Amino acid sequence: MNWASWLLWGFLATIVLTTISAGAQGLGLTRINFPYMLGTIFTPDRDRAKLYGFLVHLVAGWIFSVVYVFIFQALGTGGWWRGALIGIGHGIVVLVVGMALLPGLHPRMASEQQGPTAKNLLEPPGFLALHYGVQTPLAIMIAHTIFGMILGAFYHLA
Amino acid sequence: MLLSNRPIAKIHDYAAVGDCRSAALVSRYGSVDWLCWPRFDSPSIFAAILDKDKGGYWSISPSEPSQFERAYIRGSNVLETHFICTTGRATLTDLMPVASEEFKRRHLLPDHELLRQIACTEGEIKLKVAFCPRGYYGTREVEIKNLGPNVLRLEIGRGAYSLRGNVPLKIHGNEARGAFSMRDGDVLQFSLSYSEESPAVLPALGENATASIKRSVNWWQGWAARAKYQGPYRDAVVRSALALKLMAYAPSGAITAAVTTSLPERIGGSLNWDYRYCWLRDASLTVRALLGLGYIEETESFMTWMLHATRLTQPRLRVLYNVFGGIAPREKELDLAGYFDSRPVRIGNGARHQLQLDVYGEVIEAAAQYAQRHGHFDRTTQKVLIGFGEYVAAHWNLADEGIWEPRSGGANHTHSRLLCWTALDRLLALSDKGLLDGVPRQQFELERGRIRQQIEHRAWNDNLQSYVSVLDGDSVDATLLRLPWYGFEEAQSSRMKSTYRKIRQELSPGDSLLFRYRSQPPEGAFGICGFWAVEYLALGGGTLKEAYDVFDQLLKYGNDLGLFAEEIDPGTRDALGNFPQAFTHIGLISAALTLEEKERGDSHPAAQTGENVKLGSREVIS
Repeated sequence: MNWASWLLWGFLATIVLTTISAGAQGLGLTRINFPYMLGTIFTPDRDRAKLYGFLVHLVAGWIFSVVYVFIFQALGTGGWWRGALIGIGHGIVVLVVGMALLPGLHPRMASEQQGPTAKNLLEPPGFLALHYGVQTPLAIMIAHTIFGMILGAFYHLA
Repeated sequence: MLLSNRPIAKIHDYAAVGDCRSAALVSRYGSVDWLCWPRFDSPSIFAAILDKDKGGYWSISPSEPSQFERAYIRGSNVLETHFICTTGRATLTDLMPVASEEFKRRHLLPDHELLRQIACTEGEIKLKVAFCPRGYYGTREVEIKNLGPNVLRLEIGRGAYSLRGNVPLKIHGNEARGAFSMRDGDVLQFSLSYSEESPAVLPALGENATASIKRSVNWWQGWAARAKYQGPYRDAVVRSALALKLMAYAPSGAITAAVTTSLPERIGGSLNWDYRYCWLRDASLTVRALLGLGYIEETESFMTWMLHATRLTQPRLRVLYNVFGGIAPREKELDLAGYFDSRPVRIGNGARHQLQLDVYGEVIEAAAQYAQRHGHFDRTTQKVLIGFGEYVAAHWNLADEGIWEPRSGGANHTHSRLLCWTALDRLLALSDKGLLDGVPRQQFELERGRIRQQIEHRAWNDNLQSYVSVLDGDSVDATLLRLPWYGFEEAQSSRMKSTYRKIRQELSPGDSLLFRYRSQPPEGAFGICGFWAVEYLALGGGTLKEAYDVFDQLLKYGNDLGLFAEEIDPGTRDALGNFPQAFTHIGLISAALTLEEKERGDSHPAAQTGENVKLGSREVIS
């Protein structure tokens, strides 16, 4: 495995993923804000949560990119379209499984069963994160597909 | 009242039970005639209130002629209906069980449950049970399956409904029925639960259900006891707070306008709208009510929802959103008979794309009141609020549909201008208090002054000696009573006093009620407008005694449980419009709080908020 190549492109792909997510929110395509969502696991302070969440997202993206690299190594080849396919699979797992599990993992996120106790909690993402806007699945799929494409295109096998 | 057959209930014959995710309407005769699961705006399984033949219902009622009495268990949203027959008495308890989050973490509970317990309390009584579910607003037939001892199951879409009882019901096609004799001390229980995940949790009956009722009563009573209001109308205020709480959607913090659709504003008419969405205007006024009563968690939860839900459209605000901040569905008509033939029955809401500029002022006013009592805004919230202000500064001069949402197009509504003024005024006040950084003061002061000038000149009609509904117009509406509430004009000013006289003259159907505006044919008197008059009088437009008198008269228009719909028929005193209606209950609480503040000699919160900058706004004009 080419550790140096993974470190560089894993980092850059994660930066792009985060930027696309933030851009999608800024453009009004979705309300999902990954850094905020992850950061509020650690603090309710909105401003700090975004900073902490950005760092967590970076580290998480980096770690996830190892899986991509392992697959490329196992296949003996990379390439942008293989990376894109893995990214699509990654996006589907995030949407279908990750979002469903999140209310159980996140200490400050309401579940669909919350109530009647009112508490200042993050709303649950719902199936495919549709509670955060109908275009959310699209934004997440695009971001993860591009994440995979970058890794596939630029990671060099050892 | 002695009744033998299944009686037809009117709007005020209903009570609401719920769990802050959905709600059911139970008639005074023991019939559940409205229920949507899993959310307020989901399709119904019972909708007899909109079509007694097709809608579906679940009734538990005496077989013999009976008298019906009912009341909520004090301080709760648990309903008790008493059946009084010549042979005996029984009490039906209806509720959607609730529990603390801590309890729910430790126990397996159904996602959604409607629990009905009937206890014979005296002599003997014969009862009949009719369970007649219909899918998707009565348009889909259902197949009821017998799953074994006393458990029925039906599946509609992705959801499975399970009806469990401690006596069997016999399936007849798409209905299940049973008849039972009870003696003093006998207790029957039925639990209808809903799940979209299998295996579904089937709640145990018997002691478990009894404990569930007790736990729910305790939860509601604990919540109601926190209401800070200690004035003479505590019962009415607490009931209104409990009704408002029923309309809150706890997973997101949203507050819906009502739990029903298409209950008519005019019997036999077409003013039938779906109110199961969150209107920012109503919800912002709710903040004032809940904050005033000391319900901080609900307020914080709503503020968070509001900032998050509106994220996709900011700085533009939509008029209404669904409970998760999505756009409300397109309006659609259903093939139902309608409440007393009031058609069409609609779902979705066509006002979703309207421009209603007053919404900005309501949202900012709510934020200002929240900040005034409880702290600071983070940077994101500050940016969002300033963004709203910038939108208002750029667009306040547009014609809009305004608070009453006519489908006839836009106009230059005085009330919308007032709330645009309020938006800029409150932002400047927040800036003065150091709670907002980066407010473009010069621009906001300039535009605020322009709006004031426009209202003072073009919304005042010299011939009528009154403020008017639209600029350069010649008619009044009840929103003009709000000019003092937001601190724009003193309640005791000569302009306001003559405006009040004009409003009473034009919009009063008698007694203390007020129409929102003149219409032909006339619709009902609008519930909240009467309470606005109370606040106007209490703020200085009249005496406190006059305000109390009007308030006392208005309370009589609630139903026997203290619940209000949107409107009241002045002739028959029947409730009209969706039910229960947040807007009316907000008005009741707000009026009671204003009366209490005046008794204590406190200044009005809205006036306090704008106080610092009021002089500034006048300087700009001069």
